[in-house]
Amino acid sequence: MSAATSETSLTGADIVLKALRDQGVEVIFGYPGGAVLPIYDALFQQNDIRHILVRHEQAALHAAEGYARSTGKVGVVLVTSGPGATNAVTGLADALMDSIPIVCLSGQVATHLIGNDAFQECDTTGITRPCTKHNYLVKDVNNLARTLHEAFYVAKNGRPGPVVIDIPKDVQFAEGTYRSPADSMPKSYRPQVKPDLNRVEEAIDLLAKAKRPIFYVGGGVINAGPVASQLLTQFVRMTGYPCTTTLMGLGAFPASDRQWLGMLGMHGTYEANLAMHGCDVMVCIGARFDDRVTGKVSEFSPNSVKIHVDIDPSSINKNVRVDVPIVGDAAHVLEDMIRIWKARGKQPDKAALAQWWEQIEFWRARDCLRYEKTSKVIKPQFALERLRAAISGRDDVFITTEVGQHQMWAAQFLPFDRPNHWMTSGGLGTMGYGLPAAIGAQVAHPDALCIDVAGEASILMNIQEMATALQYRLPVKVFILNNQYMGMVRQWQELLHGGRYSESYSEALPDFVKLADAFGGVGLRATEVGQVDDVINEMISIRRPVIVDMCVDPKENCFPMIPGGRAHNEMLLGPDEKVENATPEDGMVLV
Amino acid sequence: MTARPVLSAPPAIERHTISILVDNEPGVLARVIGLFSGRGYNIESLTVAEVDRDATLSRITIVTTGTPMIIEQIKAQLGRLVPVHRVHDLTMEGPFVERETALVKVAGTGEKRVEALRLADVFKARVVDATITSFVFEITGQGEELDRFIGLMAELGLVGVSRTGVVAMSRGPGGI
Repeated sequence: MSAATSETSLTGADIVLKALRDQGVEVIFGYPGGAVLPIYDALFQQNDIRHILVRHEQAALHAAEGYARSTGKVGVVLVTSGPGATNAVTGLADALMDSIPIVCLSGQVATHLIGNDAFQECDTTGITRPCTKHNYLVKDVNNLARTLHEAFYVAKNGRPGPVVIDIPKDVQFAEGTYRSPADSMPKSYRPQVKPDLNRVEEAIDLLAKAKRPIFYVGGGVINAGPVASQLLTQFVRMTGYPCTTTLMGLGAFPASDRQWLGMLGMHGTYEANLAMHGCDVMVCIGARFDDRVTGKVSEFSPNSVKIHVDIDPSSINKNVRVDVPIVGDAAHVLEDMIRIWKARGKQPDKAALAQWWEQIEFWRARDCLRYEKTSKVIKPQFALERLRAAISGRDDVFITTEVGQHQMWAAQFLPFDRPNHWMTSGGLGTMGYGLPAAIGAQVAHPDALCIDVAGEASILMNIQEMATALQYRLPVKVFILNNQYMGMVRQWQELLHGGRYSESYSEALPDFVKLADAFGGVGLRATEVGQVDDVINEMISIRRPVIVDMCVDPKENCFPMIPGGRAHNEMLLGPDEKVENATPEDGMVLV
Repeated sequence: MTARPVLSAPPAIERHTISILVDNEPGVLARVIGLFSGRGYNIESLTVAEVDRDATLSRITIVTTGTPMIIEQIKAQLGRLVPVHRVHDLTMEGPFVERETALVKVAGTGEKRVEALRLADVFKARVVDATITSFVFEITGQGEELDRFIGLMAELGLVGVSRTGVVAMSRGPGGI
């Protein structure tokens, strides 16, 4: 951009659009309202940036998350003041917990009305402060461009996260000068991306001497870009060590690789959790020792030396004390690890490693994801196995989920060989995430197959987004595992509350086939094992939004499971295992 | 009921004085305080004022308590706030001075009034306001010194106290 243009006076609304263009934004997700009308007007008068009209602001955030996670770009949202901003809060909190780069612009009442309880006024920066990485209220149009560029920098650098910019309506009308991105670096925010090499050397030494090593990999590797996943895969294969990934890390290492032990944690595999429990050197890369992963912290991997790579220093030593902290970007650290491993001529301890793998294969032989095969009633695991078969070999499949049993089964049964193809609400556990996230992924990848694996309860939380899918001809597939219960709630009530199913049965469910029809999509239903394949194939072949009502066994529970307050070596493997005292008294309070 | 496992002694609670250099922008104090309340950390004292008008920088001094792991978390969490430039744990980084100022109002007549004035002299507290029946003393020093003085005044007609909270700085030539 020339210096002359940067001096031109523009309205605040035009500055917003120009800044978005300069940031390379192609799509924004939003919903108009009184306090953002000037920006919507500016949007109307240009063709560079596409706007996707959602049906609820929460869905705008989740769609932007789906867009961001499937592309690696920043997701952009535009909402109005007051209820627009408060509806966005769940999505912001979700993006914060899962470290998703989002810039959310919100309208605000005119500067002179702020604090007067004006119509559709709320203290947006106050409300969103704890659920954003950072937020701004722009009171001077001359600060608007700088703030927008800074917001993009903050959202995507360091540990990514959501950033809110609250823009009063008078600032959108006012004229001011534009500044370029290069001119707008934040004064203080410079996250460390390159690691301390002494620490990396130390880690490599420990790794090479390990007898029972394990890689424990999280979403940070995916956030660090596809190159980080490639480097991880290269390094894991170079060492021959086992690797497990968190819910957020699925796809960072190919699921089809023998060195992958599956997901770890509360509903992780037997082999992954026991390997974590029994390892002597653990390398955690881009994960945060979340309570879903560790189980009982005091008994978590008791005999291991722990190496923790994270871009966020506050993630280190937060839940679990580690021995070698390495602050840095996963891709940079992995590059250094590979270089140093090679340069020092490191070799794994072959004999010890063979013994370790023998042990792991013994655990793997338990086949912990086994379930009872039936001839009539559809098991949810079976439905997902058939879905897996139908999508295998395709590299254009994006899977999102809602939250609950179906989410865990999807994580267990669907294959992710590459990063950015799996989107689920991990940290916040937001029911209603999957459909808008699938819409966001489909907007970014119009020809791909975007499937929201859903439950019948979760899907109703953002079902209105079917209208968005129809409006923009986005052929998303909603694959409902309908068990008529809030399955995970029911499972916990069964384990912890004497089978008293308080409010977890969904009475008066809609007819999902007719519902799809009412929205203008296609509804399909399977009630018996014999219909599953046909329904899945039909779903995939239809180039329109589809809702599949997969009527599954209402009583099925999700295993393996580490009950709250238990350690990795205290897993329940199936419904036949004793469920009394599944959770110790002090574990009852855990969620 | 089964016996509970024996827990090892909990890690000691430490008191740390932390200096933070931040951009003096709207909401920065709310961000810092929100971090402490949201994550359940303690604030024993917090002071803030602009210290560099040209660079619009403010310095926050926080006195907090927690286990070593919590203190480490507090510093890491503060460090990742966008407007935070630097976080220094003065307690960890060597000798430092800590000062606090209090205004102490005492009302009374006769012997108690004379005794209050005498003690103020001992504590090097200045009289910054006086009427026939009252004094306002200004005292600067370490927190415990202030506590002692205020404790003594309680018996001599203490009306009210206003304290600034702790400000602190490392000893020697080094800056923040």
